[in-house]
Amino acid sequence: MTDATLTRSFTLRRFELWRFPGTRAVAIAALLYLYVPIVALVILSFSAGDSSLARWQGFSVHWYADVLANSDMLRAIRNSLLVASVATTTGTVIATMAALATSGPRFRLQTGFEAMIGLPLIVPDIVAGIATLLFFVMIGVPLGIVSIMLAHTVFAIPFAYLPIRARLQGLDPALAEAAADLYATPWQGFRRIVLPLIWPGIAAGAMLAFISSLGDVVVSYFVSGPGATTLPVYVFSMVRMGVTPAVNAISTLLMLASIALLTVSYLLGRRFQ
Amino acid sequence: MMASLRRSGLLAPSVLTIGALLILPLGLMAYVSTLERGPTGGVIWSQHTTDAYVQFLFERDLTDRLVVNTDYLHIFGRSIVVAAITTAITLIVAFPMALWMAFQPPRRRLLLVFIVTVPFWTNILVRNYAWILLLRNDGVIDWVLGRLGLTGEHINVLYTPLATTIGLTYSFLPYMVLPIYVSLEKLDRRLIEAAFDLGANRWLAFRRVILPLSMPGVVGGAILVFVPGLGAFISPELLGGAKSMMIGSLIQQQFGQSRNWPFGAALSFVLLVLVLLALSAHAARYRREPKP
Amino acid sequence: MRRLAIAIAAAAALSVPGLGVPVSAAEEKELLLFNWSNYMSPDLLKRFEAETGIKVTLDTYDTNESMLAKLQAGGAGYDVVVPTGPTLQQMISDGLVLKVDAGTFSNYKNVKKPFDNPGFDPGRAYSVPYMWGTTGLVYDSAKVAGGKIDDTWKELFEPRPDFVGKIGMLKDMGEVITAAEYYLGLEQCTEKAEDGQKILELLEKQKPAVKVYNAEGTVDRVASGDVTMEHMWNGSFHRAHAKLPTIVYVYPREGLNLWGDNLAVPKGAKHIENAKLFLNFMMDPKNAAEASNFTGYNNAITGAEQYLKEELRNDAAFNTPEAMVSRFRPLQLCSKAALDLRERIWTRLLR
Repeated sequence: MTDATLTRSFTLRRFELWRFPGTRAVAIAALLYLYVPIVALVILSFSAGDSSLARWQGFSVHWYADVLANSDMLRAIRNSLLVASVATTTGTVIATMAALATSGPRFRLQTGFEAMIGLPLIVPDIVAGIATLLFFVMIGVPLGIVSIMLAHTVFAIPFAYLPIRARLQGLDPALAEAAADLYATPWQGFRRIVLPLIWPGIAAGAMLAFISSLGDVVVSYFVSGPGATTLPVYVFSMVRMGVTPAVNAISTLLMLASIALLTVSYLLGRRFQ
Repeated sequence: MMASLRRSGLLAPSVLTIGALLILPLGLMAYVSTLERGPTGGVIWSQHTTDAYVQFLFERDLTDRLVVNTDYLHIFGRSIVVAAITTAITLIVAFPMALWMAFQPPRRRLLLVFIVTVPFWTNILVRNYAWILLLRNDGVIDWVLGRLGLTGEHINVLYTPLATTIGLTYSFLPYMVLPIYVSLEKLDRRLIEAAFDLGANRWLAFRRVILPLSMPGVVGGAILVFVPGLGAFISPELLGGAKSMMIGSLIQQQFGQSRNWPFGAALSFVLLVLVLLALSAHAARYRREPKP
Repeated sequence: MRRLAIAIAAAAALSVPGLGVPVSAAEEKELLLFNWSNYMSPDLLKRFEAETGIKVTLDTYDTNESMLAKLQAGGAGYDVVVPTGPTLQQMISDGLVLKVDAGTFSNYKNVKKPFDNPGFDPGRAYSVPYMWGTTGLVYDSAKVAGGKIDDTWKELFEPRPDFVGKIGMLKDMGEVITAAEYYLGLEQCTEKAEDGQKILELLEKQKPAVKVYNAEGTVDRVASGDVTMEHMWNGSFHRAHAKLPTIVYVYPREGLNLWGDNLAVPKGAKHIENAKLFLNFMMDPKNAAEASNFTGYNNAITGAEQYLKEELRNDAAFNTPEAMVSRFRPLQLCSKAALDLRERIWTRLLR
């Protein structure tokens, strides 16, 4: 067979064998599963009714107006986004460093170290929250928004660490050697070779850390100072008198903001390629 | 020498952060678990007792004797089962999805990673409320199924364990999908091509090439789902009817209505020890197996 | 989108409370309120701001217990906090609230008896009353033969077949167990193990008939018909009644809980004078009525009736008929032994 025929049959085979049957169906079903409640949630934000648990009661945008007029809610949103951004960035950087360290040759105490990294996941929220508050009060850390950032960085670490670690594991060690050979400093080797390779892991880890921080209620409640109430704490507090579609409105706005963020970073990424 | 110094430098930030901000506070909490309860909650810092730990397994009966109390063990057991089931189901759904995602064209891949997490920018309470609206009798799903003539009577899903499972799997899906995706995505296509070239069919390629290489992601995802899943209580309470307690609600209650901080702390430490034992058993097994 | 972003940025910039601003000798015109998030009318707070020039910032908690836990762990800095009676009693004995002597305030004379001298804060040394309510039994009259049930807790704990499987209970250890205590004729906050056993048996027998134990979403599950009998607060009843007119609020003859929320000044408050102004402000009839109109719960101020919404005045759940007032039982703070007993009953029930 000529080269051309070889390549063609090769490409044909590849095309049909890549598709593992059923994965697309499951993926689409899973995406539907993820988004059907979201669609319901968004639709309800336009409901004229007064509860997030009640059925549709006519169209209205007044909940959006309510949110924008409610300075306490806006402050809570601002606090949440601020805390999540800082905690995610710091936590992801720390987690990346830890993952790099543990993916080399195994060292003594590695199991202990990995258990420590996983610790924030195991400790129940309320215990972590009260323990951290007691500790902060004891050593005199002022309570405010920074105290929340500190507490959130702690659990951002394992959420970021696990995907990055999964990504690093099994990465050809020859690459690390090549990096050491090609570049003068380890940092350059990291930046030019390792970083691009583990980038999906870092992005995934950062996403998980971010949504975990956005969703945290208990720890944020206990270590916050006056004026630093975050969004989930505010929303949970509404339960006693009834959660209104204002929360649906905020959720919709935040999703739009995240999509806007993605679009911006995507366009920026394209520019710099 | 340089390598180990550099490694220490890489490890230091996480050790310092978690050490200072979690381990020290936990130490304080361990101390609290040995203290006497305050009459209205809180603790009396000067009085010590092991009551909290005794309470986990025993209670005093009418004659003030210590009798075994299985209530708390029961609650622990249930939470472990629920977390395990959630992990299993999440894995079954997430793996094919991650596989599909990994084989998409590169630009679409990153977009998909994002799409999987966008729903979690919403608030967890209204997400669960949306499920209530979908799952309740005369809710959206019930109505649609009825209209399509598929079911005669109401679906009766809300306030049952099925609803809890649906809710929990939902909340933890991205934590399983992303680690597996991230493992699979780095898969060298040539390995699979080579397998095909050697005459393997899809199933063999899957079993011998894809599955082993996805293991780190599977393990990572399982940890990220199972461990927090043990403490989950929002979906079980809202969607499951709260007719039975989970560890999360039990511990929370100790710092709330039951005003028994030492017991709450003790319960958390029992949980911590259990999980650490399980994780180290797994690590030991993993280490004994030869690396692929 | 851009305008939204600007609005959010502007709001964020303008709303940074006291970050790094030094506190001068005279109090800043600020009040840090620690409360449930939708429990105080925003218009009322704006009026307070207009009258006094004091800006109110809200931080939130979700239950009395979380609020207490945070303050006990040292999380201070708030000026006004809103505890329910028993919680306030605990805070007083723990030294977590400041003595303000509300009995000397100018508006104190407006407070109705017996709210002016409650058991948990005699003479109102530490607090002023905010909202109060009752916890009763609610049922859908359209779902039961004859359209009426007896005014007793028996209907809840030993329900008729009409209601079996469609009962909603509050997931509140205190509320559920006191209701059981009233029905069984036991003293509130009993410490006796035999009593505990009786309560447990009653609740366990009822459990299969209960659909859900949850203190939130009561209004919607009743209004949607998911449950046809509910253990419910009267304010929630009022809101549900607007959606489903066939439901009825029952004052059980064995007694029902009367609970009251109060405004107090926690230890560590930085704007004590502003807080006192606020406490006094809330004892004014017009303001109390506005609060009631917003929350749907009763207030404790005479002279507020004329400012109340019509629907509230006409609601028997809100405007309790004279004959039913004797059925009120103020919610008490239980001793440690009683709390322990309750916790064991509750855990055993929900294990």
